[in-house]
Amino acid sequence: MKAKNQRLVLALLALVALVGAVLLGMSALKDQASYFYSPSDAVRDHVELGRTVRLGGMVEKGSLRREPDGVTIDFRVTDGAATVTARYTGIVPDLFREGSGVVAEGRFTAPGRFAADTILAKHDENYKPPELAGNGMHETGSLKR
Amino acid sequence: MSLRTIRILLWLPLVGFLIVLGLVFTGLIRPHDASIRSQMVGRPLPAFSLPSTRPRQPPLTSASFADGKVRLVNIFASWCVPCVVEMPQLAQLKQAGVAIEGIASRDTPADSLAFLQRNGDPYDRIGDDKTSAAQIAIGSSGVPETYVVDGKGVIRAQHIGPIQPQDVADILAAVRDAQ
Amino acid sequence: MIAEAGLAALWIAAMLAALQAFLGLGSLKAGGEELLRAVRPVAVAQAVMTLGAFAALMWLFYSTDLSVELVAEDSASTVPTLYRIAGTWGNHEGSMLLWVTILAIAGAAVALLERRLPERTLAATIAAQGVIALGFFAFLLFSSNPFARLDIAPAEGNGFNPLLQDPGLAFHPPTLYVGYVGLSVAFSFAVGALLTRDVGPAFAKAMRPWVLGAWVFLTLGITAGSYWAYYELGWGGWWFWDPTENASLMPWLAATALLHSVTVLATRDGLRAWTVMLAVVAFSMSMVGTFLVRSGILTSVHAFALDPKRGAFILVLLALYIGGALALFGARIATVAEGNRFDPVSREGALVINNLLLSVILALVLIGTLYPLAAESMTGEKLSVGPPYFNATAGPLALILVAVMAAGPAMRWRRDEIVAVARRIAIPAALTVIALVAILLLAPGLRILPLLGLTLAAGVAAASVAPLWKRNLRRTPLFTWGMVMAHLGAAVSLAGMASESAFTKETLIAARPGETVSVGPYAIRFAAVDPVPGQNFTAVQATLIATRGSADPITLTPAQRTFDNPPQTTSESAIATRWDGQLYTVVGEPVPGGRWQLRLWWKPFVTLIWLGGALIAIGGALSLLGRSLPRRKVVAESTGFARFG
Repeated sequence: MKAKNQRLVLALLALVALVGAVLLGMSALKDQASYFYSPSDAVRDHVELGRTVRLGGMVEKGSLRREPDGVTIDFRVTDGAATVTARYTGIVPDLFREGSGVVAEGRFTAPGRFAADTILAKHDENYKPPELAGNGMHETGSLKR
Repeated sequence: MSLRTIRILLWLPLVGFLIVLGLVFTGLIRPHDASIRSQMVGRPLPAFSLPSTRPRQPPLTSASFADGKVRLVNIFASWCVPCVVEMPQLAQLKQAGVAIEGIASRDTPADSLAFLQRNGDPYDRIGDDKTSAAQIAIGSSGVPETYVVDGKGVIRAQHIGPIQPQDVADILAAVRDAQ
Repeated sequence: MIAEAGLAALWIAAMLAALQAFLGLGSLKAGGEELLRAVRPVAVAQAVMTLGAFAALMWLFYSTDLSVELVAEDSASTVPTLYRIAGTWGNHEGSMLLWVTILAIAGAAVALLERRLPERTLAATIAAQGVIALGFFAFLLFSSNPFARLDIAPAEGNGFNPLLQDPGLAFHPPTLYVGYVGLSVAFSFAVGALLTRDVGPAFAKAMRPWVLGAWVFLTLGITAGSYWAYYELGWGGWWFWDPTENASLMPWLAATALLHSVTVLATRDGLRAWTVMLAVVAFSMSMVGTFLVRSGILTSVHAFALDPKRGAFILVLLALYIGGALALFGARIATVAEGNRFDPVSREGALVINNLLLSVILALVLIGTLYPLAAESMTGEKLSVGPPYFNATAGPLALILVAVMAAGPAMRWRRDEIVAVARRIAIPAALTVIALVAILLLAPGLRILPLLGLTLAAGVAAASVAPLWKRNLRRTPLFTWGMVMAHLGAAVSLAGMASESAFTKETLIAARPGETVSVGPYAIRFAAVDPVPGQNFTAVQATLIATRGSADPITLTPAQRTFDNPPQTTSESAIATRWDGQLYTVVGEPVPGGRWQLRLWWKPFVTLIWLGGALIAIGGALSLLGRSLPRRKVVAESTGFARFG
């Protein structure tokens, strides 16, 4: 290798590494990407149970119920056409309330029943990570904060 | 041979980048339906009854929309900067003979009225939606938004964001369609 | 008036950038050398003008001029002074202006300070810097004008996002931007060197301080950003693999690889094409980071759809700059003579592995970040890629990378013997095995990644200080100290991550005032809940008194703040730091029965994560100092670790 074509070897190494990265990434994405569903999608598509997904919609008015332990809540997520019952244990984000938008990450434990691990919701339906809020022009944005 | 292989390899980064760029670009030009369309378009207005922002006026109720007249429902707030932007267009629509009802989201009547004093008041009636309950029931996720409601009280179209001068024609067409 | 002056300054700066590009390129032609002399003042004037525009915007924010759209959208007169000023860059337009300002200053610094490069390469570099600046000036002026006025000024502004009202925010974005933009200089150097086909040690030595400096700032920015997210979000996590975080991580990964390969080029004249490629990639990642991710293409297509002009602009700029540089690379690099060769078993060989691993991790992060966009544009499916993907793919590779880091510095340049290397790292290797056995005995049942992390951290910490072994510490060159410090920092940080993930204890409960809750080694008495007024918010504050053994009790006061404008609640965590970890407390909502939600964590040694980050940055700063101070150390550099072991 030292004698000739070290360049070629290096270039091929880089190529192999990147192709390897793409293949590894793609195969991992197959298992790990979590798809986004609205309640209507979820009811229509029969989401595989136990798979990590995101569920987005509105927290239905009057659906929020607190369990006696004080830290578990049950609520219904709706998009106006279909409804899913969700349960979450933890401190909900600041802007989570009835009638506001919610994005929850978790799994369906039974058709129409969702166990949330994380609630990402801000008021706005357009989920934005917290660092992003406040950046970018967003005409509907004023309400979200 | 090996030299040629290298030469080809050298262009791979560019090819890879162009593929990614193409992807992003198709993502850009493809009409995204990512803006939150209300699930309520095509359905009757949800029931609401909002006290009037203007003193001594009857409340704005959903029932009052089913009188055969096509209306715009505009959701606005005094603290919303883009709402200022669309005020001239609302005035223009009003001039074209379109009835416009306002819903003041998360506001105090005093702030709303001061806002209208400054920017013009195109509204026939204004409902004071303090908790934005009516707004959310209609399926609006932000301000400003504008809805076309037909004479039976059914929501026919939704416009998200401020009405820009170029949007006026579309809104007028949507109003005509709803007749 | 000030807004108009700012806008005018921006226009003038843009013209000057065009002039700079023209003069720089013109001086490449035969007989054009004269023009190069004019380039320096032009670059400086451009920097002054841009700085003026930025100062103007800062003043508008400081004085809350609500007739300026940006100020009305993102600030208000009730916002505290610090955040009125920080609000200047707390929004899209302002942060772009800050970006361009730093870019112009960096360009002026290159024009003024750089003396090591051949004149022609310098001219090409300055031209490239001018072209980059020109594009971003155009972006600001045509689609992100920060000085746009409103026809009618509102009575009060929209306010400033409460989540961003934190002292950390005031300095976090500028730090990151210095890092991003510092890499633009490396990019311009690479383009300049490609134009003149002059890729060699002189080029690498000129580029290295810029890369080091940018890398130090990126490291600081990422470390600070991670700590900010940790205490501000109140979720107890320190890294969320969020697109904005990835946007800062990707340039850092590329810059780390570049930093190592540029050293090979500077000292051994090897890895020429490789280094040029990495310099292009590093700044490309900065641009992809700032513009694709922060502009909201990835996370909030809604924001983007409202202004497709802005998105198209960004894409065209990215296509021109990245595509242009890559095309130049393809066309030119084959005509650059090959550098020195080396044996696979050598310091260079280890650095190639370092570079390959970093590139693969970078590719994995990039794929994960862009995949949601790709999937949506191809199949219309909406999805998100979160921590499980990144941890599963990047985690193991990062561990391998750290292991290579232990062996690399023990190798000699050009060629080495495996047996000799093995002998040199025998002690750290033995320590690694001892650490593994100790951890298995003391803390059985750990998951595989934290276990490997802790073990490797111990071994690598030992290996990273090994280069100082049997050396006269006072005569050890600063850049060796820098390397030792940075590698030690990586080990320390890894130990913190592994410890946090392995040993964190969490308690989530609804408690009444007066009750006592336990988490980890602490008993925490929930003493009281009180309302507390703030400048532009009111808070509900819980008082928690934590005791462990006979130590003095700690009082913590986590709170929920409700802001008036815009109306929003944020939760303020309260954190107590002890030498062996942090107690992290959050108060939630009231619950019927007079109870309040409490979330408590005991996180052993979590602080090592950021301490390690700081050590890495200090290491970089030491190296930078060692490179810029007068040289008595050149000999030591080329002999490397000849004396070691």
